[in-house]
Amino acid sequence: MTTPQTTKTSGFGATGKFNVSLSKRYNFDRIFSTAAWVATLFGLVVLAILLVDILIDGLGRIDWAFLTSFSSRRAAAAGILAPLVGSIWLLFVTAFVAFPLGVGAGIYLEEYAKDNWFTRFVEINIANLAAVPSIIYGLLGLQIFVRWLQPITNGRTVLAGGLTLSLLILPIIIITTREALRAVPDSLRQAGFALGATRWQVIREHIFPIALPGILTGTILALSRAIGETAPLIVIGAVSYIAFLPELSPRGLQSSFTALPIQIFDWVSRPQTQFHTNAAAGIIVLMVVLLLMNASAIYLRNKFQQNRR
Amino acid sequence: MSAPITPDRSSLWRPKRAASKRVEAVVKAIFATFAFVSVATTIGIVLTLIFETVSFFTEVPIWRFLTDTAWTPLFANKQFGIVVLISATLLTSAIAIAVALPIGLLAAICLSEYAPARMRRWLKPALEILAGVPTVVFGYFALLTVTPFLQSLIPGLQGFNALSAGLILGVSIIPLVASLSEDAIYAVPQSLRDGAYALGATKRETIVSVVLPAALSGIVASFILAISRAIGETMIVTVAAGQNPTLGFNPLVPVQTMTAYIVQVSKGDTPAGSLAYKTIFAVGMTLFIITLALNIFSYWFVRRFREKYE
Repeated sequence: MTTPQTTKTSGFGATGKFNVSLSKRYNFDRIFSTAAWVATLFGLVVLAILLVDILIDGLGRIDWAFLTSFSSRRAAAAGILAPLVGSIWLLFVTAFVAFPLGVGAGIYLEEYAKDNWFTRFVEINIANLAAVPSIIYGLLGLQIFVRWLQPITNGRTVLAGGLTLSLLILPIIIITTREALRAVPDSLRQAGFALGATRWQVIREHIFPIALPGILTGTILALSRAIGETAPLIVIGAVSYIAFLPELSPRGLQSSFTALPIQIFDWVSRPQTQFHTNAAAGIIVLMVVLLLMNASAIYLRNKFQQNRR
Repeated sequence: MSAPITPDRSSLWRPKRAASKRVEAVVKAIFATFAFVSVATTIGIVLTLIFETVSFFTEVPIWRFLTDTAWTPLFANKQFGIVVLISATLLTSAIAIAVALPIGLLAAICLSEYAPARMRRWLKPALEILAGVPTVVFGYFALLTVTPFLQSLIPGLQGFNALSAGLILGVSIIPLVASLSEDAIYAVPQSLRDGAYALGATKRETIVSVVLPAALSGIVASFILAISRAIGETMIVTVAAGQNPTLGFNPLVPVQTMTAYIVQVSKGDTPAGSLAYKTIFAVGMTLFIITLALNIFSYWFVRRFREKYE
């Protein structure tokens, strides 16, 4: 501190002598590390405020009637049955389509594909798809599933919604499948080949079972993203007022639908505060669904890690 | 004693080589088809957008799309200035980026360099929870909590505004920046840090002038992904920023982003083939081109500036 006019970069003061000015540099360090901690906690504090805020707004609104009634023009009588069931339908359709497609594609790229231009092209393509805005998938679904495939999907239906969401999360499932397969040691494959098994036999009997928990974890996380998606479903035309449930048969796939985020969006966009309370209650239901899905993913991950030991 | 044993035994097990090979080929073909679905998705997106956009430009000349200064395709006096929607998207994204990039990067530095291993183990999943919150929930929060709070601070702030939408949009992409940048920073080898310490650098100096430059390509990639996420994000800006296409960069008034416009048209019952129906594809095309350009830039940058260490 003897030479106050030290410049930070050179370390040479006005006297021309070298000065490390450590205390000043350490002060900068303290400011910097404090800023880093504040930045880390900032996100968590906002998250906490958000959760508390929504619980205060909506918790009082949740009761059995809210969960088992259809939507209504009167806020107090409105319930969340149709969107809840719609979201569960979407969840199953999406899982049923996206899981085999994504896992198959992941297995192909990781186990079968040679390192040629086509493989690299597919890889770049998948990385690129993961960054395409979700609303663009909505436009794709609107054109292909709602209009072109109308005879199969019957227009703006559960099936069209599920297929659109499947394409949306396909890149995520492919990427997690590949990571899970890559984590399986090569010695297992070689042992299988040495015993005369074909590649598919080795994958089916040895590699895939080991990679499965990792794949399932990634798939559940991807599905929970799909369940929270609103924009693509609005674009393909999910309706916000539905007073029936899809029939519990393949024909249910062809019925029009609504989903939790759609209903929440509809309630938020209304001016009356009672509907905002409904929205908060709907958000709580949605978050509980997501929480259950994430908890099962974490459970699988922990179980997997214990088995590996 | 009478019958020879060997031939019988050998007949017990015969590898069905031919069948195995057939199964192998079939399985491989099926999985290759599945991998091709992702390519087909891209082709589908591009063709869908081009098809409807071309059809749109046969009705509305492209110069009007680029030079009009108002966006009123749903009114009697139709104007098609995409620049209005782009300005709103840029405004909300700029606010979001101003929040998310510095905070996300500092959080990444904290997680990788400052946080003890035990804290890191629960801080990262906690940030992942933030990343998993559906965007419509953030929209609710921005509209009904953040806006009233900001209105008590800023007098002229309207009920729908770009400011609170942008701020919360920024919060929603903090985890993305933090997580991806943290991966890049964490991957910088310890020997580089040790070298800087040996030269007498403090921890901050080591981070700022050695670790961050070494992780630059990964950090920039995370920034660009965050920017393209901010531009393509829909629900926060639709719920909180309003549906009012105005040209300008005033964060206190309602604006309409490209994504919010697509939602506005989709919510109404627009018949396929009408002009309004085609506008959403033209707007979607613009959005797709912007995000694709960002992706290509990111890909180029990462390849050009990646630092490889043993």
